Amino acid sequence: MSTVLDDRFTLAPVHIDGEPERVRRIREQAAERFNVLGWPTTRSEDWKYTSLASLTSIDWKIDQRQPEGNDPASPFGDQPVAELMFVNGTLHANRSALANEHPGIRVMPIGEAMETESFTQHFSRYADYEKHAMTALNTAMWQDGAYIEIAPGTVVEGFIHLLYVGGGNAEHPIASHHRNLIVAGRGSQITVVESFFGKGTYFTNTVTEIVAGDGAVVDHYKFENESLDAFHIGTVQIHQERASNVTSRTIATGGGLVRNEINAALTGEGASLSMEGLFVLSGKQHVDNHTVIDHVAPHCDSVELFKGILDENARGIFDGRIIVEPDAVKTNSRQTNKNLLLSETAVIDSKPSLEIHNDDVKCNHGSTIGQLDEEALFYLRARGIGAEEARNLLVYAFASEIVERMKVDAVRENAGRALFSRMPKRLPERRSESR
Amino acid sequence: MSSTIEQIASQEYKYGFITDIEADQAPPGLNEDIIRLISAKKNEPEWMLEFRLKAFRHWLTMKEPTWANIKYGPIDYQATSYYSAPKQKKKLNSLDEVDPELRATFAKLGISLEEQKRLSGVAVDAVFDSVSVATTFRTELAKVGVIFCSFSDAVQNHPELVQKYLGSVVPYTDNFFATLNSAVFTDGSFCYIPKGVRCPMELSTYFRINSANTGQFERTLIVADEGATVSYLEGCTAPMRDENQLHAAVVELVALDNASIKYSTVQNWYPGDKEGRGGIYNFVTKRGKAFKNAKLSWTQVETGSAITWKYPSCILQGDNSIGEFYSVALTNHRQQADTGTKMIHLGKNTRSTIVSKGISAGRGQQTYRGEVKIMKSAEGARNYSQCDSLLLGDKCGAHTFPYIEVRNSTAKMEHEASTSKIGEDQLFYCQQRGISAEDAVSMIVNGFCREVFKELPMEFAVEATKLLGVSLEGAVG
Repeated sequence: MSTVLDDRFTLAPVHIDGEPERVRRIREQAAERFNVLGWPTTRSEDWKYTSLASLTSIDWKIDQRQPEGNDPASPFGDQPVAELMFVNGTLHANRSALANEHPGIRVMPIGEAMETESFTQHFSRYADYEKHAMTALNTAMWQDGAYIEIAPGTVVEGFIHLLYVGGGNAEHPIASHHRNLIVAGRGSQITVVESFFGKGTYFTNTVTEIVAGDGAVVDHYKFENESLDAFHIGTVQIHQERASNVTSRTIATGGGLVRNEINAALTGEGASLSMEGLFVLSGKQHVDNHTVIDHVAPHCDSVELFKGILDENARGIFDGRIIVEPDAVKTNSRQTNKNLLLSETAVIDSKPSLEIHNDDVKCNHGSTIGQLDEEALFYLRARGIGAEEARNLLVYAFASEIVERMKVDAVRENAGRALFSRMPKRLPERRSESR
Repeated sequence: MSSTIEQIASQEYKYGFITDIEADQAPPGLNEDIIRLISAKKNEPEWMLEFRLKAFRHWLTMKEPTWANIKYGPIDYQATSYYSAPKQKKKLNSLDEVDPELRATFAKLGISLEEQKRLSGVAVDAVFDSVSVATTFRTELAKVGVIFCSFSDAVQNHPELVQKYLGSVVPYTDNFFATLNSAVFTDGSFCYIPKGVRCPMELSTYFRINSANTGQFERTLIVADEGATVSYLEGCTAPMRDENQLHAAVVELVALDNASIKYSTVQNWYPGDKEGRGGIYNFVTKRGKAFKNAKLSWTQVETGSAITWKYPSCILQGDNSIGEFYSVALTNHRQQADTGTKMIHLGKNTRSTIVSKGISAGRGQQTYRGEVKIMKSAEGARNYSQCDSLLLGDKCGAHTFPYIEVRNSTAKMEHEASTSKIGEDQLFYCQQRGISAEDAVSMIVNGFCREVFKELPMEFAVEATKLLGVSLEGAVG
């Protein structure tokens, strides 16, 4: 894949063995669409704050070789009930045999699931490649990914882990496109954790479609901890049916240039959604969180909370949109974005927006940007706590609202670790006297 | 209740009438010749014509913006006539010489000049179509050195001030509509408050579009010199028209060190009929620049126009400067409004407050679009934004698009927004106490807007409440 911004560049779809006719067709349409849309630019409102110029100037290769060094290991050990590991876009390890013994659970590489009924019914129905260039690119180019299907009424104890490892270097930059489909049947319950990490320069473009059937409970966690030279563009597309309950949590701590796109459509009455995100950035990191919650059906609730902690020259973006369609009466929706700036040079752009097309709703949103409370710092210092510790304590307290709510112990601990590893090492900067 | 509602809802536009005055009109179309014609008609100096031509040439390279959340058919800029002045035989010395028919129009609007003069003590520079007809109180203002006159007079009599400040806040390259305005503006108001003077009265201009097919291109420039204070009122009503009329105004405010400008607007252009035919297209660029310790305050009540596209902004350039924006916007029937503000914080310890109340009824579409930008130099900047929307009816829409961009970590920002309808419990509570549904709704809506209304000068607060009453009560159901 040559990615240099060039009018002559045309994308040709990738095909994998045993691909049904429908998938072939979708890939061709998506490639065609990508060739029309082109790479997103800052001229488009959705990409106003994120330029992909540094991404598109690299000539990405698709290479399924393993990154050098030790075999990557899962941060969760053998805690997950099933685990799939992908290295540079292809399946590397599959530990799902045990889980698949249970009649209601199917965890497998997506390539093996292409003939199933659920796949045919749901694949590429929700992630829209007509409008979104990066989804079109993924749809045309995906090589592998996970397929998870939970039969109606099945409750999965524990969690399923999907692990993506990337690796590459400046001479040999590698792009990988993952495609996942998670289908939770009526009244089922499932927790899925996706983790991303790696070494060197690489580009991950992932799309995960989640279908929550009537009354299903789905918890989705995404840990984005890519290398600081990596590019990550991830789309999570959630489709909710009647009375389903979905929780989506995105923890972004790594990556050089990251775009987290999380979209949800509440299409059945009484569905509820909780969408949370935390981004902890430093150095020259750039993380763009872009969410759309579309209330299509009446009596749905959604709560959205994104928190950002920015240090050094990092740039964080929150662009959230809540749409309430004309028929979605009795909608309850709340959107909050809170940001903590720890350095003079960190940059934040916040754009919480509401689009409301009927009157019987309760919607509000809020956004705050501020610094650590000097009085709280003083309080701690006065009680003999060192400046650095006091500061870390307050930063952790700010983030803990999101971490503490994680239901699975292993996942929460992992989030805590990820957070602590990102704690600023420096002492707080002196504020200038002008205040 | 419903019959009353019907009655009020279907009520004709109160200020719809056409005054028949022979107008001196330029042929429709837009080219350099027309601009030269406007300039020549107004007897303008060379630099003014240059400014217009530069703007026009730049305009030719621009595209009409499409990002706003509004829908309208294409505007044919060549079909509009860009100059129209009521024909006058001679220069006027006093009000008595004003065309009686013209004065009757003002009387109908309830702003007869004498009455204004006698009762309210407000100086009025009435703009009738494009040429100022009469300016009152000028002598009284002149005593303290305040210059308040029509823009064309200012170009003739105070060219050095105009030349210095024209385009200093809204440059001719700013945006499509502002550039168009820079090329073809015909008149407007000019106001200069000298150093340390507190303007003894509230200045006011009533704009009014009259001649058919004439876009109104107003240009207002207010300069408050160091330590000066002024409060300026702007109000609009326009007669009924079937064709859409284009209105692209530019307002520039300059508040030098320690100065303070308060700019209040009641906008009630013709909103079109129930089916959305006709109505004014209101594309306005308003912006102020605040220097050290200066204060700018925008207050607006927007009830009219088929389309409102308006973002009064503050550039807080000097340290400790303050920007404020208070807005009530109402859309009924098929009106569309995309309005909000921009607060650009450049100086240290700059503060801004945004309070925006949107009311959407019928099939109205309402968008708040606000930008708060804290630049690197804006140490200790502070912003508070609040935008609430009230929805009346299940076919209307309310949208909020705030843009918050922070480049300095010492900034403190808060943004809050909510959208809801009038609570059944609130209505029930009032009705239970013997207040009719109609009154209850009006009470609740007025309460909803109170924070903004209390910022309006007395005269306007009354007018605004009345306007809401007329425009809104009919939509409740």
